[in-house]
Amino acid sequence: MSIRVDGVSKSFGAFKALDNVSLDVPQGTLLALLGPSGSGKTTLLRIIAGLEWPDSGRIEEDGTDITDRHARQRDVGFVFQHYALFRHMSVFENIAFGMRVRKAPQAEVKARVDELLHLVRLDNLGSRKPAQLSGGQRQRVALARALAIRPRILLLDEPFGALDAKVRVELRQWLRRLHDEIGMTTVFVTHDQEEAFELADDVVVMNEGHVEQRGKPDEVFDKPASPFVMDFLGNVNVYHGRVENGLAFWHGVPIHYPDYPHAQAREARVYLRPHELDIARAPSGSASEAHAGTSLAATVLRQTRTGPITRITCQPRQGGSDLHVDLPSAAARELGLQPGESVSITPRHVRVFLPDPEYVI
Amino acid sequence: MTSKPRDAATATSPLGLLLIAGAVATVGLLIVAPLTSVFVDAFSNGPRAWWEALAHDPDTRHAIWLSLTVAPLAVLINTVFGVAAAWLVARFRFPGRSLLVSLFDVPFSVSPVVAGLALVLIFGRQGLLGPTLTALAVKVIFAWPGLVLATTFVTLPLVVRELIPVMEAIGPEEEMAAVSLGANGWQVFWRVTLPNIRWALLHGVVLANARAMGEFGAVYVVSGHIAGTTDTMPLRVEKLFQEYRTPASMAVASVLAALALLTLVAKVFIERQLETESKELEAARAPGADTDPTTGGLGS
Ligand SMILES: Nc1ncnc2c1ncn2[C@@H]1O[C@H](COP(=O)(O)OP(=O)(O)OP(=O)(O)O)[C@@H](O)[C@H]1O
Ligand SMILES: [Mg+2]
Repeated sequence: MSIRVDGVSKSFGAFKALDNVSLDVPQGTLLALLGPSGSGKTTLLRIIAGLEWPDSGRIEEDGTDITDRHARQRDVGFVFQHYALFRHMSVFENIAFGMRVRKAPQAEVKARVDELLHLVRLDNLGSRKPAQLSGGQRQRVALARALAIRPRILLLDEPFGALDAKVRVELRQWLRRLHDEIGMTTVFVTHDQEEAFELADDVVVMNEGHVEQRGKPDEVFDKPASPFVMDFLGNVNVYHGRVENGLAFWHGVPIHYPDYPHAQAREARVYLRPHELDIARAPSGSASEAHAGTSLAATVLRQTRTGPITRITCQPRQGGSDLHVDLPSAAARELGLQPGESVSITPRHVRVFLPDPEYVI
Repeated sequence: MTSKPRDAATATSPLGLLLIAGAVATVGLLIVAPLTSVFVDAFSNGPRAWWEALAHDPDTRHAIWLSLTVAPLAVLINTVFGVAAAWLVARFRFPGRSLLVSLFDVPFSVSPVVAGLALVLIFGRQGLLGPTLTALAVKVIFAWPGLVLATTFVTLPLVVRELIPVMEAIGPEEEMAAVSLGANGWQVFWRVTLPNIRWALLHGVVLANARAMGEFGAVYVVSGHIAGTTDTMPLRVEKLFQEYRTPASMAVASVLAALALLTLVAKVFIERQLETESKELEAARAPGADTDPTTGGLGS
């Protein structure tokens, strides 16, 4: 079942939680809603589910306007941010709830719950209370409970947020397989970009109640549509620079930038990702000079290794904030830089954003 | 000092002993002694006389029966009102909400006698609604409906006050989950909300019942003190006492005191349950950081 969100706004008092949000989710898509805390992800999900009402705008399922339809009639399975399991009911009764309130026959309920318990690998835990389960198990009960009513849309609000890293990775791969098997339209909220990029067909980045960017994970990562997205995706070096005549200048280093062919110079922000920078030991002798115009002279401050990646922190020779360069750890070891050494840094790729009246820092 | 640090808490210093003695003396003098003397006086002529004082005096019998009707009625009204009001306050934000919450406390700060008089001013024959009630031939003041009203008024905060913090702590998520699974309003209430608040509700009900049984001031004003008609147990105790029938008075008083003790036991038991539940709630909120032995199979 496809979902269309059309110009939805929602305020809580004077606070605009959603501002004219539109979104298309084609049948069978696994879509990730990514955004910082308070950006309106939960609110949007609840409006799609019919648990919250929009002030304006429409929600459609398969082209039918369901804005006024009650949550009960929406065919939506919802997994809540903190699971919201019924804590006085057993795991079995939690999963059975949706069928019980629909007055399904006992035999059918039993069969379906057993099937779901098996699906989420909790076969022997039906009689436990939620308080007696680990986080990952609770998560799977919440999922089974939502699936029990055979929804055609599955909405998950930070499904793996409270789990430790290992369980999280396993569960999300499992969710991806489950989604592919059942073929439901699925929207899940996360503020973990890795999760969004690994799991989703499509990524939507939200900020302050509106959609910043929508696209395939690769697109969003490689071509962030706004400074916000770039910042949010994180790990980025940001500098004030200027653009003129098809060039962007970063610490005086010219970088090809055809988007701005005008002669008049403008202030701009230059974004460099740590993994898109080349670093080399500066040729001795000319160390104090900026290297042949295309790279930046800097001094190594320290190296930090996190698993396969080593981050080298450098201080640009002309001053300004520190610059991070990420290298594969093997390459970093081979290079063997020491603190205090002079290096030259060459960007392979930069992003430049001109100040935008809408984006005021 | 060679003793373990926790011995400090057993207070053997002179000041500590003095404080303990003071507390024991106060509790003994103000609580244990009067309560004991009620039972001693009630049974001073033997259990038979006690029973006859309660069962063979028609006015006393009526007073007991009236109390056992009025108090549960008031508690019932309180329960329905308390649940609805707590739900409104805990689940919705609206203008005037905090004013409403402070209004719930008015019965605690107003003297019961004043409350009774206020009811007379509204429902009495000369009162605001007097003509209407007379026309409908409904008698409120000097009749049992007035007793119910007065008792409800003085016990009003007990249930709602008990429920608001509990419902706020539980949060709306489970109710939303129930709705998203297809439950209608009643199903959400009976299957999710009520089981979650049941101990807090029971706690409020027990407290309200104890207060309702013992209420004197407000009921005194609206009852008109008519023996065999509008006298409740506390009013009967007072009347018998005024008539120098102390043993009979104490017999009725002993029933009230026994009810109070029963309430105390129930209260302790319920509070234990509440504590367990709030711990469970905390555990349910805590991230399940513990290792999860069953996820292993998912990766393959
Ligand atoms: N019922 C409510 N009453 C008042 N404000 C609310 C309500 N629900 C949400 N908000 C506000 O709306 C904004 C968006 O909330 P929402 O829960 O949708 O954010 P989110 O993106 O899900 O954040 P998080 O990642 O922290 O879960 C927040 O600033 C929040 O305080
Ligand atoms: Mg949220």
